[in-house]
Amino acid sequence: MQMLQGYLDEQFIQLEELQDDENPNFVEEIVTLFFNDSARLLQNIEQTLVSGPIDFAKLDNYMHQFKGSSSSIGAKRVKNGCTRFKDYYMAGNAEGCIRTFLQVKREHAILRTKLEAYFQLARQAGPSVIPRGQVR
Amino acid sequence: MENGFSSPRNESFPAGLRVLVVDDDPTWLKILEKMLKKCSYDVTTCHLARDALTLLRERKDGYDIVISDVNMPDMDGFKLLEHVGLEMDLPVIMMSVDGETSKVMKGVQHGACDYLLKPIRMKELRNIWQHVFRKKIHEIRDIESHDSMDVLQMSINGSDLSDDGYMFGEDLNSGRKRKDYENKNDDKDFGDHSSPKKHRVVWSVDLHQKFVKAVNQIGFDNNIGHELHWTSTTFLPLRLISPFISTQQQLDLMRHIRLLQHWLLISPIFKLMAVKDLWNEAAACFIFPSNGAMTYSVCLAEVGPKKILDLMNVPWLTRENVASHLQKYRLYLSRLQKEPDSKALGGTKHSDLTPKDPAASFALQSSINLNQSDAANSYQFCGSNFLGQDVDIKHLEGDVKGIVSETKRTLTADVTSPLKTKNSQSFSHSFVHEAEVNYSAFDSTSWSENPEQEHKPLLQLEDGYSQLSPHGPHHIHNDQLQADPSISSVISLTGRDISGSIEIKPLYTEYKSKHVSHVSPAESVVDTIPVQPKSHPVIHQSFEPISTAILSMKSQGLSCITDIESCQRNLILASDTNFAAFNEDLTVWLPGDCYSMTFGQNFDFTEYNNDPGFMAELPFHLYDTFSDYHLDATECPIVDQGLFIA
Repeated sequence: MQMLQGYLDEQFIQLEELQDDENPNFVEEIVTLFFNDSARLLQNIEQTLVSGPIDFAKLDNYMHQFKGSSSSIGAKRVKNGCTRFKDYYMAGNAEGCIRTFLQVKREHAILRTKLEAYFQLARQAGPSVIPRGQVR
Repeated sequence: MENGFSSPRNESFPAGLRVLVVDDDPTWLKILEKMLKKCSYDVTTCHLARDALTLLRERKDGYDIVISDVNMPDMDGFKLLEHVGLEMDLPVIMMSVDGETSKVMKGVQHGACDYLLKPIRMKELRNIWQHVFRKKIHEIRDIESHDSMDVLQMSINGSDLSDDGYMFGEDLNSGRKRKDYENKNDDKDFGDHSSPKKHRVVWSVDLHQKFVKAVNQIGFDNNIGHELHWTSTTFLPLRLISPFISTQQQLDLMRHIRLLQHWLLISPIFKLMAVKDLWNEAAACFIFPSNGAMTYSVCLAEVGPKKILDLMNVPWLTRENVASHLQKYRLYLSRLQKEPDSKALGGTKHSDLTPKDPAASFALQSSINLNQSDAANSYQFCGSNFLGQDVDIKHLEGDVKGIVSETKRTLTADVTSPLKTKNSQSFSHSFVHEAEVNYSAFDSTSWSENPEQEHKPLLQLEDGYSQLSPHGPHHIHNDQLQADPSISSVISLTGRDISGSIEIKPLYTEYKSKHVSHVSPAESVVDTIPVQPKSHPVIHQSFEPISTAILSMKSQGLSCITDIESCQRNLILASDTNFAAFNEDLTVWLPGDCYSMTFGQNFDFTEYNNDPGFMAELPFHLYDTFSDYHLDATECPIVDQGLFIA
């Protein structure tokens, strides 16, 4: 869908292709799973940021998990944000780390909203009407 | 795992391929499950690495392949990889969102057969069956080439090589060198070879393979105790018995051995004992002392040249040709047996050996410590080797592990076994070649003992590790230059350890100083290496080259286990140059530098190299280890070619 353009990559299409009669709501299930799990991860990260001196190694670890997770649904912007975070981390740029994390968090929230709307529309349009190849 | 592709779980392979997926990310786990199901694979998912291991252990042959993420909270993916390779010898594919070269390399080093980047595509998953298939093929190949390697070894070491015009392939440079030296020094050792000079029979790889096939066939046919059963006996190196047992049995045995090695690594209560095999009978079994009698035994019957000739069906070959070749083959086998000891002996100097030389440590350890209750140490040692990680062989103390984890181990095991057999139960008749046994025992202990003490190690079998009577003074024994073989074997064992260079150095130095030139092979050697160090062992220890070379075991660690065999083989092959040196030196595999040594070796260290050994590769690539020391079956080099005799 247009609204998702630029936010998701081919992985999302792969997920759509995996959807079949056996798992008719596969994509939505996966997306839901992702957001639940990533919300938890984000919470852990926030904890790291607010409790005393920041443990950047730990933060990096979380962000790495986040990156892997976001790659599962093709969350392009979120994933790129994680990559940028890594660069700052490797450079020892604390401020850059924090900044990119916040960007990632924001992108994550935006994507969530968009996808919720997307699935709502899909449901309204009727079952198994998930446009293919439209999310680019 | 049984012969996967031959045992059709499903006629429509790869459909039904049993995949175990391990990933802490629930989203990916679900996606992968769906993707694999789409490939018609049989999927099992696991959130935690330890659960995965439990599952794998519970159902030994329940899975064909494992796919695991690299970053997991409860266990490092690489660690899991090692365990799987070691215990189950299954192909493992790593996954990660991180495609950093160093990580990928690490994966490969630890034995991963592939490394996938997330997001993973369907087509990547569709192809994973190839890894399963490939592995099977390699295992079979290793088993078969193992024979060749052995023979090759034999050729190289036989003093009559030159007479018979045996030649070795390129990778046996060392063998050649050794041959030269040997020719000069060893004639007396191989008195029993009867190849006529006048009539050059070229034992090509093909011919030799026909020979081995025939031998195996006969052995199999005549075999009485062929079924692999668990008894409490001693242990023979797999390579010695492998010619006589079927492929499936070999695979089973290898797996068992690998498992054994792994157990040894993780538990100090097990001891590995070795027993010498006989010319005509090969008995292999290993023991889990005390508690649970998990031993494995295989018996072989006698094979005769006439029968072999008949089976080979090579018109121009005469019975005499076969007889002499058989003799050499036996010599080779016996040498292999001994060598582990000698190698181990080399280890006596283990104190000198720096831990960092895993290979060395193994070797030494195995020989030396077998007796000791260094079990703990050895286990440690093995463990590290096993894991392939950086084979940090601390010291050979009780290199039981080495034996276990490294393919070579078996070698050492063998060595001691002869000794043990004496005391052990089961193979009373196995001391047919007692002399050899002693010799071998000697070898292993040679470093540390005087010729007279040869017998001591034998006695020690009881404890299980008589291999080298470690207790003996650790001095290099002149007469027993034979130790070389042990050393070499030792090294080969350690070969596994790619990271360490064998530090046999100390040994040699000591050796040198102690026994500069006195070699009286006669007494100790039955037919083995006549230790006649012509020159001082200059081996200066640089085992390193060898160890590295030999050990090309690749850090595969666990995966090595499978490759252990290959490692062993590779060991030999890898260190061609080393070999040469080795021969001369008698003992140790020493790296290229060894050339200067001229001890006689006859030790066929090629054998060791090629000898996949029981190493497990940690991983229970048993076979791999046998065939080449490379941890990776695929990496086994050359071994097959070794046999070529021009």
